[in-house]
Amino acid sequence: MDSIINVSAIQNIVYIGSSILFIFGIKMLGKEATAVRGNYLSAIAMFLAVGITCLNLGIDIKIIISGILLGGLIGSLIAIKVKMTAIPEMVALFNGFGGLATFLIAWSQFNSPNNSFFQHVLIMLTVYIGGITFAGSLVAYGKLSEILKLGKGSWITNILISFFYLSFPALLYVICEPFISQFIPQFSSYFFIFLGLTLIAGLGFVMPIGGGDMPVVISLLNSFSGIAAAFAGLLLLNNVLIVAGSLVGASGLILTIIMAKAMNRTIGNILFVGYASTSSSSSSSSEEQGEVKPISADDAYLILENASSVLVVPGYGMAVAQAQHVVREMGELLEANGTEVKYGIHPVAGRMPGHMNVLLAEANVSYDLLAEPDDVNPSMDSIDVAMVIGANDVVNPSATEEEGSPIYGMPIIEAHKAKTVFVLKRSMSSGFAGVQNPLFFKENTRMLFGDAKESISQIVSEFKD
Amino acid sequence: MEIYVLLGFVLLLSIFLGLELISKVPSTLHTPLMSGANAISGIALVGALMLSSEDQTQSILAFGAILFASINVFGGYLVTNRMLSMFKKK
Repeated sequence: MDSIINVSAIQNIVYIGSSILFIFGIKMLGKEATAVRGNYLSAIAMFLAVGITCLNLGIDIKIIISGILLGGLIGSLIAIKVKMTAIPEMVALFNGFGGLATFLIAWSQFNSPNNSFFQHVLIMLTVYIGGITFAGSLVAYGKLSEILKLGKGSWITNILISFFYLSFPALLYVICEPFISQFIPQFSSYFFIFLGLTLIAGLGFVMPIGGGDMPVVISLLNSFSGIAAAFAGLLLLNNVLIVAGSLVGASGLILTIIMAKAMNRTIGNILFVGYASTSSSSSSSSEEQGEVKPISADDAYLILENASSVLVVPGYGMAVAQAQHVVREMGELLEANGTEVKYGIHPVAGRMPGHMNVLLAEANVSYDLLAEPDDVNPSMDSIDVAMVIGANDVVNPSATEEEGSPIYGMPIIEAHKAKTVFVLKRSMSSGFAGVQNPLFFKENTRMLFGDAKESISQIVSEFKD
Repeated sequence: MEIYVLLGFVLLLSIFLGLELISKVPSTLHTPLMSGANAISGIALVGALMLSSEDQTQSILAFGAILFASINVFGGYLVTNRMLSMFKKK
């Protein structure tokens, strides 16, 4: 711990300056007009903090240079090469690496002699949060990129979950270890077992959580990586780590709360319960659904051509079909035809916070056309056509009409109130929540079955003819 | 011990500040904010640089921490910037 005590006054002053830049950076990141500058500002803050730390080093310079060069290269390559549709898993992966770094920092500190009891506690907490963040993010990465198909109910998942619960008493034990070892012979390899256990526990933490709940998990893991960094800052007595880490922790927490609210569920319910165990009482009413009315792309075109206002409601299905570019093209053709086009974006549509916004931005849709549920719902009656593209639960009227439904109370985009609703869907399967969607059977609903990209391409080519 | 109380105070104030700063974010910016915050969590790099490399184990741990934190920092900022440059008002 010697190197910390020598941190000069200059370093601390620069750390304060860099903390201020981080604060302004993250504030500006929250507004459309200033977001780009905010990101630059926080990058400058990072550069300053890292640069000034290099004035006073305890590590071999070769290790530092090779580590930063190699890490910078890998990170930059991933960031430049990644497709915009793969952003959710990318963010999860980077986040996991941040968690792993704090995990290793705490491990290294454990090896240094003369840790006080308080430092010992901080080491264990940092290892725990960092390890959970790392392993949990890897699982999130696997699930989002669809490499990992294990879910709730598999025996492997169940074993991993029990390790997750085992990790709580284990954390308590390792924290108290300095006291316990006074009475019983010291169990010298306990720390290594704990290191392994936190990683397995991290797997068990995220493994049972399903795809539709991923926006919550990603924001929460994001928050954890910040908190881990803040604890590492306490451990190393470094104020910039504390400030920057706490800011990340807070922003992740806010996003987590926004996401949970958008589903009308508590964070605990999302993490530990899931949809499966909520009541299945809604089955009684799902029998008298009525008839599904399919429509062809040609007929859909004729209706769209005469519509004066169209609301597009995208969901994860649009991301899967990679339909965002044709959707934009259709939107432009509609506008050229004198139709007012808006996009209704539900906060939890997709697999991460703001997923639909990123996809539509990639396709060059102006962001002032994107509206939130509260903005579009009041005027829904006057919308001629609501076009639901690969969304399901976020437009499910059960959430407002059917009290027994597992998703009852979730704020939705009330597409069913529009004069006509087109639902673009591959098949009649239910959404992530496993709840049947009465929207498909409504009088004013027309189902346009098939791949969303192909269906919309057809409509687009009709417009062009 | 006093230093921990002091730094704990900094920790709490920063969390409250963070909650205040970002309490109203338009949903357009949810992803960039998350990704930008993720890049900031790469500040662990500063912590990694403060480690020591007195023996082989410590060197490997330090190298690993620097490597992974650097991936987080560079990747995080670049991806955020790429994303933000797509958000345009026409």
